Amino acid sequence: MNFIQIDIPQTSHSIDNSPVKKSGLALFSIGLLMVIVGAFGVFEHNTLFYSIATLGISTLGGILFILPSRKEGFPGIKNNGVFFRSASNRGAVAWITGVFLTGFYVVLYWFPEYLVHLIKITDPISFTITGKAANHWFLYGTLYTLSILVMGLKMIFKYLHSRYQIIRTLSVMFFQLVFAFLIPHILEAFNQPEYYFSYFWPLKTGVLFPNDIHWLLSKPGLLPQFMVFWGVVMSIIGVPILTYFFGKRWYCSFVCGCGGLAETVGDPYRQNSDKSLKAWKIERWMIHSVLVFITVTTGLLWANSYYQGEILGSLSQNFSRTYGFLIGAAFSGVVGVGFYPILGSRVWCRFGCPQAAILGLFQKYFSRFRITTNGSQCISCGNCSTYCEMGIDVRSYAQRGENIVRASCVGCGICSSVCPRGVLNLENGPVKNRVH
Amino acid sequence: MNIVIIGNGIAGITAARYLRKLSEHSITVISGESEYFYSRPALMYVYMGHLKFEHIQPYENWFWKKNRINLIHDYALTVKHNEKKVLLQSGNVVGYDKLILATGSLSNKFGWNGQDLAGVQGLYSKQDLDLMEKNTVGIARGVVVGGGLIGIEVAEMLHSRNIPVTMLVRESSYWNNILPAEESAMINRHIRHQGIDLRLETELKEILPDEHGRSRSVITSKGDEISAQFVALTAGVHPNIDLAQRSEIPSNKGIIVNTHFETQVSDIYAIGDCAEITDTESGLTQIEQLWYTGEMHGEVLASVICGEKTEYNRGILFNSAKFFDIEYHSYGSVNLKTPGEKSLYWEHPDRRRSIRIVYNNQQVIGFNNLGVRYRHKICEQWIAEKKPVEYVLEHLSDANFDPEFFERFEPNIISLYNSKNNKPLILKNNRRRFGYKKFLSSVPSSL
Repeated sequence: MNFIQIDIPQTSHSIDNSPVKKSGLALFSIGLLMVIVGAFGVFEHNTLFYSIATLGISTLGGILFILPSRKEGFPGIKNNGVFFRSASNRGAVAWITGVFLTGFYVVLYWFPEYLVHLIKITDPISFTITGKAANHWFLYGTLYTLSILVMGLKMIFKYLHSRYQIIRTLSVMFFQLVFAFLIPHILEAFNQPEYYFSYFWPLKTGVLFPNDIHWLLSKPGLLPQFMVFWGVVMSIIGVPILTYFFGKRWYCSFVCGCGGLAETVGDPYRQNSDKSLKAWKIERWMIHSVLVFITVTTGLLWANSYYQGEILGSLSQNFSRTYGFLIGAAFSGVVGVGFYPILGSRVWCRFGCPQAAILGLFQKYFSRFRITTNGSQCISCGNCSTYCEMGIDVRSYAQRGENIVRASCVGCGICSSVCPRGVLNLENGPVKNRVH
Repeated sequence: MNIVIIGNGIAGITAARYLRKLSEHSITVISGESEYFYSRPALMYVYMGHLKFEHIQPYENWFWKKNRINLIHDYALTVKHNEKKVLLQSGNVVGYDKLILATGSLSNKFGWNGQDLAGVQGLYSKQDLDLMEKNTVGIARGVVVGGGLIGIEVAEMLHSRNIPVTMLVRESSYWNNILPAEESAMINRHIRHQGIDLRLETELKEILPDEHGRSRSVITSKGDEISAQFVALTAGVHPNIDLAQRSEIPSNKGIIVNTHFETQVSDIYAIGDCAEITDTESGLTQIEQLWYTGEMHGEVLASVICGEKTEYNRGILFNSAKFFDIEYHSYGSVNLKTPGEKSLYWEHPDRRRSIRIVYNNQQVIGFNNLGVRYRHKICEQWIAEKKPVEYVLEHLSDANFDPEFFERFEPNIISLYNSKNNKPLILKNNRRRFGYKKFLSSVPSSL
């Protein structure tokens, strides 16, 4: 018998120790440090240096941090340790991140004067595109877009085995960069209204608000008129038609900027959404209340505009301002993004977004979209439900072999990706017998 | 009527759920293993950190009360069938009108030296999972004994925590009593590509202890000694008939039941892994230890108890699993062991995906896919209707269940068949995915 200890290859696919990854993390930290240093006005007269030292360095750091994950084993689901890590399992890191993000939104919305120095990091970009100095919204837009691009790369590497995920991620990266960042600012440079072609009523309330429409129509040229036309037609006709053919996902998972952020920056937190029946009940009340609120507000504004402010006086304006504060700022920003690490990535989309409410109603009652289940192969493991960012208990349908038609489903396709038995598939098909 | 179910695995719980659907009987489920029903095949994901234990419980805790399914978290010691009573470990006694045994399986141990050392275990129950959590802290290498589904799962679990793994497989290729040769070879390769030390045609001889009575190393049938602070015994499972034996309910390898799941004692039934089903006409017996069969047993038994003389018939076989990153789906008969069976096998150039269509006398009898999803219902229907293989090939696009935008391989399969058999078959219903097909081919499937 051979009792010699034989040489066995060591298993080590861990990329945590990759030097590229570590240097990426170091660069990212340096970038953050420079932000803090600069926030006291140290780089006041050298904004290009400030910009490169912060945005440039931390973006490069982020990319380097992500790059090695490309080579992590074979393409496939990489959720090892998600519930062991503090950042993704509501641990201390998650809370610190959550407080930081929430604080950032509070400062951004209500105390932008504290950002005067920080805004300068985007000055070089702002001057290049618009020819003007940046303001705090430009800073926000830049950070937002960069986050989607860098974390989009991470998303793509994570789901290398799924073309659906790759294409969907490329799509949100494209729409954010081009339609929600470049085009509006380029329009600004040409003295045109800063218009976002990828947002419709009621997510962007102004699209159907009388004041905004009147203001656009008062501008010279065809473009502002086209903007009004585009917004109205898309909000009223385009959204229902596209949702009929493809479900809510054509917007929420391929176009929308909020969705884009949730699917990229928010992806590491998707498992923290609440799947209980109770949460579903709260969700339905909340999201439809917001929809009613915005519809009433829009109606009041038009009534007021029609009667030239005689009947309702300032009431409708108050309604509109309340909506802007409560929903537009507090909900979509502070809670919606700030609480990513604690409540999951789609809090706003699930509980607050009126656009999602409308898309959802169409998806539920008037759409070819459904998630189909493959025979009786479900093993009730719970990966689908756990990784559903919208908190849908996907398993409860899958284990009964029932198709899933739910208003809230944004069609991200992660349930289908993580299913270890290949049970779920997102499909468009005849409306008849959609559920069974 | 008062129905008591012992065991809250998939078989017992499915029986309880269907009994509730069909009747107003009183239903009690007794389990010593866990308070609530959980998905056994999902245990691995808890260890790997994909899920928490609460996530693998398919129903919220209020579900049981709402559906008036009474849960007792206790072990059943014996059944007094003449008094129609179950004695529990706590000393409590539960009476029944009908009793269902769904006691599941136990891991096989073949009398190896050292099989009871610390650090040596099987993986079947929640307790096993908790034990494995403790047993694998700080270890340098784990050895997995057995080349089946649980074996590869344990290997994947250890691998997910960067613990080096050696797999001892008795056969000449992984799971080749079920998988055809090419597929089995693909899995061998995939296991090895993960960095796992897969040793074929190698059995466990004995496990050596260290000075603390814990596993130190294993000796293989080839005489090698492999350092192992953790040894997983995953060479299959056998029916857990302990309770039946203590209670004098006739059993063989499993608890003996007919195709209505009736044991030889009146008003006592057995389902799931623990049942040995005897077909009274043919005399053939079988033990079915799959999640899917457990589910089917539970459903059939519920209707039997509610008065329908339903006969259990497993129908067309199917199974699925996942070997690390490779999904596996199998429908019908694919092992190619019957003379006359032929198969069309296509493998992707990346050698991690394959499709096999098995046929006999030109009639399709099975599908075996790795890494490509096919529709269960359609494949099953084709097999049931004995569709000609050429019909199946022409309509193969209907069977594809891969997500949108995924590359489709049906054209490759049909041209493979055409070139082998000199046929001009054309794929029907091949949904041309309008203009973006060209764009898609520019997106590599792995960047």
